[in-house]
Amino acid sequence: MQNESAITIKNLITRYGDKLILKDLSFEIPRSKITAIVGGSGCGKSTLLKHIIGLLKPASGSILVGGRDIVAMNERELNEFRRRIGVLFQGSALLNSMTIEDNVALPIREHARLNEATIKIMVKMKLDLVGLSGFDDFFPAQLSGGMKKRAGIARAMALDPEMLFFDEPQAGLDPITAAGLDELIMKLRDIFKMTLVVVTHELHSLFTIADHIIMLDKGELIFTGTVEQFKFSEHPKIKRFISRQVEEDKYCPEDYFNIITAD
Amino acid sequence: MPYLVDSLIALIGKKTLSLLAVLRDVSILINSVFYWTFIAPFTTGKLRIKSTVSEMVKVGYNSIPIVAVISFFVGIILALQSAYQLKKVGALIYIANLVGVSLTRELGPILTAIIVAGRSGSAFAAEIGSMKAAEEVDALKSMGINPVSFLVSPKMLAMLIMVPCLTVISDFVGILGGFVLSVTVVNIHPQSYIQQTINALMVKDVITGLVKAVAFGGIITIVGAYQGFQVSGGAEEVGMRTTASVVSSIFMVILFDLFFTVLFYYFT
Ligand SMILES: Nc1ncnc2c1ncn2[C@@H]1O[C@H](COP(=O)(O)OP(=O)(O)OP(=O)(O)O)[C@@H](O)[C@H]1O
Ligand SMILES: [Mg+2]
Repeated sequence: MQNESAITIKNLITRYGDKLILKDLSFEIPRSKITAIVGGSGCGKSTLLKHIIGLLKPASGSILVGGRDIVAMNERELNEFRRRIGVLFQGSALLNSMTIEDNVALPIREHARLNEATIKIMVKMKLDLVGLSGFDDFFPAQLSGGMKKRAGIARAMALDPEMLFFDEPQAGLDPITAAGLDELIMKLRDIFKMTLVVVTHELHSLFTIADHIIMLDKGELIFTGTVEQFKFSEHPKIKRFISRQVEEDKYCPEDYFNIITAD
Repeated sequence: MPYLVDSLIALIGKKTLSLLAVLRDVSILINSVFYWTFIAPFTTGKLRIKSTVSEMVKVGYNSIPIVAVISFFVGIILALQSAYQLKKVGALIYIANLVGVSLTRELGPILTAIIVAGRSGSAFAAEIGSMKAAEEVDALKSMGINPVSFLVSPKMLAMLIMVPCLTVISDFVGILGGFVLSVTVVNIHPQSYIQQTINALMVKDVITGLVKAVAFGGIITIVGAYQGFQVSGGAEEVGMRTTASVVSSIFMVILFDLFFTVLFYYFT
């Protein structure tokens, strides 16, 4: 089923100070598919994404994209690589000093020599795609959280990248807009054959859009495989995740006593 | 007391290492700022004219009133203080020399630099710092845009151009302040005050002042940008770094002023 992989990660290890964040991850992200990264809050999903786009250097390990290792790239090669990808950050990360239109136009102005009229049309198309037409002249501070998310997606798609990385695109969206976004993501895969990596917590959207799932738990890889394999997995943590059960026996009463009495 | 000696040596070592780390970071930043400001426009054809002009308005044009007012007052103060001394020897006309020379050589550049550090250096640190905190800097990188090229080089160009311009204004208005006081309060004839000022000032004085001004502009930009990029946490750290940028840019400006003054004293 999986013909070839777009990204291959080998033995990725990350530390912030002494704290081990990602513990020896190895997996592949298939090409022209939607890969969902799931896992509890704070397990290192955003950190993993930052590694893949070359913003953070891991302590060790390699990330191969098209046969080349991102970890070993210098700044110029990384910039070359980043022109071909689009990223939505968890906090949208729109530039607050610019209007939505300028935000979306920014990557186009930077990397392509086009006249203003063409850029305007491209921006309008992207904004329309995410349902934000008419908001061109708004500043990010004037938008709601969900609208910022969608503007961030429009910016990520500005240069029609080969790969898109979305960090929790559905967070803060109403169910209808979220469903529209799911449709958009699937359209990008089906029509443009893009490779998409989506960090998500939404079970419904996960089973709607994902072809491939990667699950992290406290920095460890506990699952990588297709949606079907995920659904029928016998792993207790995955079962709990799917049935939304709270983690049992977090700590025994004695531990709890120690935690609350510690100074 | 071996323990005390140990910890003292450890302390010195730690301080030295952290100072070295700062020096390394600063030199990397200086290197990339100069590359993106002076070399990249020729190799990549990317000169950010629009944002440079908007920065020039912010750091230069908008500072003119405050620079002018402060320089005018300082000119008056200088003239008054010199009059107080020169009266004793009956050489009141030398007020013109004192005011003219000290403003162009020293006070014009330094006053302007301190005002600009307080207005624009802090704004640079706050702007870059809050962008860093909101992941906007990461977003720029992820779009293949170098943050130094996008954020710092327009500021650098604007400062290198506008700080000398502001300094000229400061020199001129300061001398005007001295003139106004001298002709009204001290009763020096306007014609002779002007003539005396022209005789006292040498082109060299003005030029050395402007050389300093260019350097101060560069220093303030680098310090502001460095402090901004150092932000890794939230809003609280932005405030801290902003304050630090003002304090350390004023310190660096005075330090470099000392250096230039010694240099010019011996070599011109
Ligand atoms: N700049 C940093 N310095 C130190 N520790 C960090 C830093 N950024 C993240 N961490 C730590 O790394 C771990 C993983 O963070 P990350 O943001 O990747 O989590 P996440 O899986 O994206 O969580 P969420 O679902 O809440 O977004 C956390 O324990 C966090 O405390
Ligand atoms: Mg996250």
